[in-house]
Amino acid sequence: MSTTVDFPIHNPVEDILRMDRIPTIWCPGCGIGTSVNSFAYALLSTGIELKKVAIVSGIGCSGRVSGYTKMDSFHVTHGRAIPFATGLKLANPELTVVVYSGDGDLTSIGGNHLIHAARRNMDLLVVCVNNMIYAMTGGQAAATTPGAAISTTTPYGSFEPELNIAHLVDAAGASFVARWTVFHVKMLEKTMKEALSKKGFRFIEVLSPCPTLYGRRNNLADGLAAMKDYKERSKIRNGAPTHETALVQGGEIVVGKFVDRERPDYLTLMRQQLGANYHPLPPQPDENPEAGVAKEDCCSC
Amino acid sequence: MTHANPNSVLTGTHFMNGDAACCEGLLAAGARFAAGYPITPSTEVVERFAARTPKTGGLFIQMEDELAASIAIQGMVWAGEKSFTVTSGPGFSLMMEHIGYAAMTETPCVFVDVQRGGPSTGLPTLPAQGDMMQARFGSHGDYLTIALVPDSPQECFDLAVESMNLAERFRIPVMFMMDECVGHMTEKVVIPPAEQIPVYPRRRTTKKPGEYLPFAPGEDLVPEMAHAGEGHGLFVTGLTHDDRGYPLMNPAQQHKLVNRLFDKILRAADDLVMVEEEGMEDAEAVVICYGITSRVARRGIQLAREKGHKVGLMRLKCVWPFPEKLVHGLAGRMKAIVVPELNLGQVVLEVERCAAGQCRVIRLPHAGGTVHKPADIVAAIERGMA
Amino acid sequence: MLTEIRIAGFGGQGVILSAHVLGRAAAIGQGGYATMTQNYGPEARGGAASAALVVSDEPILYPYLTEPDILVVMSQEAYSRFTPELKEGGVLIVERDLVHMDSKALGRRVYSIPATRIAEELGKKMVLNVVMVGFLCAITKAVDREACREAVSDSVPSRFKELNLNAFDRGYDYGIELLKTNPEPTRQGSVSHVELESANW
Repeated sequence: MSTTVDFPIHNPVEDILRMDRIPTIWCPGCGIGTSVNSFAYALLSTGIELKKVAIVSGIGCSGRVSGYTKMDSFHVTHGRAIPFATGLKLANPELTVVVYSGDGDLTSIGGNHLIHAARRNMDLLVVCVNNMIYAMTGGQAAATTPGAAISTTTPYGSFEPELNIAHLVDAAGASFVARWTVFHVKMLEKTMKEALSKKGFRFIEVLSPCPTLYGRRNNLADGLAAMKDYKERSKIRNGAPTHETALVQGGEIVVGKFVDRERPDYLTLMRQQLGANYHPLPPQPDENPEAGVAKEDCCSC
Repeated sequence: MTHANPNSVLTGTHFMNGDAACCEGLLAAGARFAAGYPITPSTEVVERFAARTPKTGGLFIQMEDELAASIAIQGMVWAGEKSFTVTSGPGFSLMMEHIGYAAMTETPCVFVDVQRGGPSTGLPTLPAQGDMMQARFGSHGDYLTIALVPDSPQECFDLAVESMNLAERFRIPVMFMMDECVGHMTEKVVIPPAEQIPVYPRRRTTKKPGEYLPFAPGEDLVPEMAHAGEGHGLFVTGLTHDDRGYPLMNPAQQHKLVNRLFDKILRAADDLVMVEEEGMEDAEAVVICYGITSRVARRGIQLAREKGHKVGLMRLKCVWPFPEKLVHGLAGRMKAIVVPELNLGQVVLEVERCAAGQCRVIRLPHAGGTVHKPADIVAAIERGMA
Repeated sequence: MLTEIRIAGFGGQGVILSAHVLGRAAAIGQGGYATMTQNYGPEARGGAASAALVVSDEPILYPYLTEPDILVVMSQEAYSRFTPELKEGGVLIVERDLVHMDSKALGRRVYSIPATRIAEELGKKMVLNVVMVGFLCAITKAVDREACREAVSDSVPSRFKELNLNAFDRGYDYGIELLKTNPEPTRQGSVSHVELESANW
């Protein structure tokens, strides 16, 4: 016989999670869930209407985030979360569109889209969980794997230098670039909140441990050790030039808000340039008046 | 069915090329958003769309590659719009993964492929019909598509409308298989008044959030659709999923889902037989053809009839799904079936399968770059009749 | 009746537009049929440009040219490249100042017009293509004059309408005059070099 106690406790993040899909697939010690927790608090604190928020993910462990969030969520093909999100945003500008995916997905197979979305200053928030490894497929080297680190495809250590994502998106023109680790939960939440309230291409890199597939081979075999490592090596440098923020193995982890610039986003620029030649949405014959929720005048911008 | 929005219909008689007519057809069918990447000989479609959209309330975005274009359009669809992308051979190859994604997530959209000579870079400025099997089987895994093939600029308009309508009706990616010749050919194109252009509306759900199951099939096996921002908390994934859209990865669900994706089209296969017949009353042989090749075939048939051969024409406007029953029946009545196509034998494989040895099937392959000569058609007919 | 027409010159002369105008006139103005195809690809940039047009009173099946009945050339390169495919006894229409003819023109009925000069007189060199269209219309009667004028005015921006209609009329009138003075400039298979020289003028 068991005794269950019905706790009438409501965790605020439940409002944005699909509780019927919990527990998640993430391993003990993984930081993805921690980042989602920060995101949940950040999103709730903005007051943005949740039904107007869409989450888009690609493939990978972090790509599963969209599946656990209650908002409209899209789990697309590997690397293509950003272009899908671009289409979603352009066709319904009143949506707040967040891309939540991993480093392999966003910077390697999807690297081209990352560059061009930043260049266009597409109105998206991109949260990139960087665990420095292809975890879902079993621990292969990623573009972000620090030089010399061991992975299943670099058993003698990687022969490639790692990609500094923050530097890349800064150079491509992102209007907001920040980095935290999952040790910095409150700072991360604050930065996410700030980014959610801005327009343009906003990029937040979240360093997150993968004890199972990265840490195990690189002397960080449990989540707690990784947290200690983050704590010891991190240095907050807001406004740091992004070329000074590379993440080399064992080196300093520069965190903070690096870039925050004013630049018109894609749709704003389009409307400016087209001026009176742009007819936002012409009256459509009522396609099926009984069906669905009537589309509101979408071009609020 | 409703009808086209007059704002986006260029009613009138025009002298325009197939690419332009295709653009007008998709606009008339309700597409206001599109994404693409430049590639000869298809680019004129999106160039025109980019020029037209500010006035029709939409937008064209040129993406960084075909992978991006073919998924951006699906974002547009889930935001509530009708959308399409346009490409040619090499770009079509790059889009394959997203054709599968659209099939799996039941995202209605149109992929226009203005076929050129291949493989690889091939003949960018010259026609071929070498992507026909790719249109059917290109993406990995099992799925069915619908592929329409126009033979003139007028049909580039008419069938572009039809492509979008079928995409909406079945919630699938529809392949609109043009070719360089038809795309770059300029002829008279009559665009009817908007109220005479039937448009299939998005199959939106009337159910309230909480009651609605996004992938629960309707009577015709097609689920109703909802869009981002409507409060349904959609979850859309390319993983094998249940009626809620949640990943459910086991053999039973795989069987259920993939078979339904097939069956929703197979059940309607008879509706999707779109053929044009000519001279079939007394025919002893028939030329089965599609697209630009059918115009040459028709000329060949005229010449063969002058020589006394009783030949008919059957032009497939819809190649996929293949009209199996029709061709099987036909094969029982004909001495021969001639299949000219601008590839080294693709759709003829289906003809052979359906003819099942009842009559001779004469292959008339052509590697592309131009069309057959009418005399080639005559010679093939004579081989069949001999 | 089916007529095959090729128009060729160099990029910027409005070769495509002239074929478009004729096609539009035949297919819309006259209610017949017209199919226009173009040569694309790197060779179509800057240098040679050519358009092919089939006009008929019946639906057109085979879309390309087999043996052109009419060839309009506005550059030496176009002349050299396309004259050999022109049908024996076919009509060769040349821009007089831009094309120097040789034995390739033998056996074709040659009509020439200083279209560039006429266009310059009208104040805009770029309307030479429309002068050529008017001239072709008068010489070959392949397309009805009124349908052609209508197609010209439908195909150009309104501020250039008058200029282009003038250009069409000048070309047309030049053709009518030429036919009066020299109705059969070269006989089938028997064009002489003297006649060629005079056509070169």
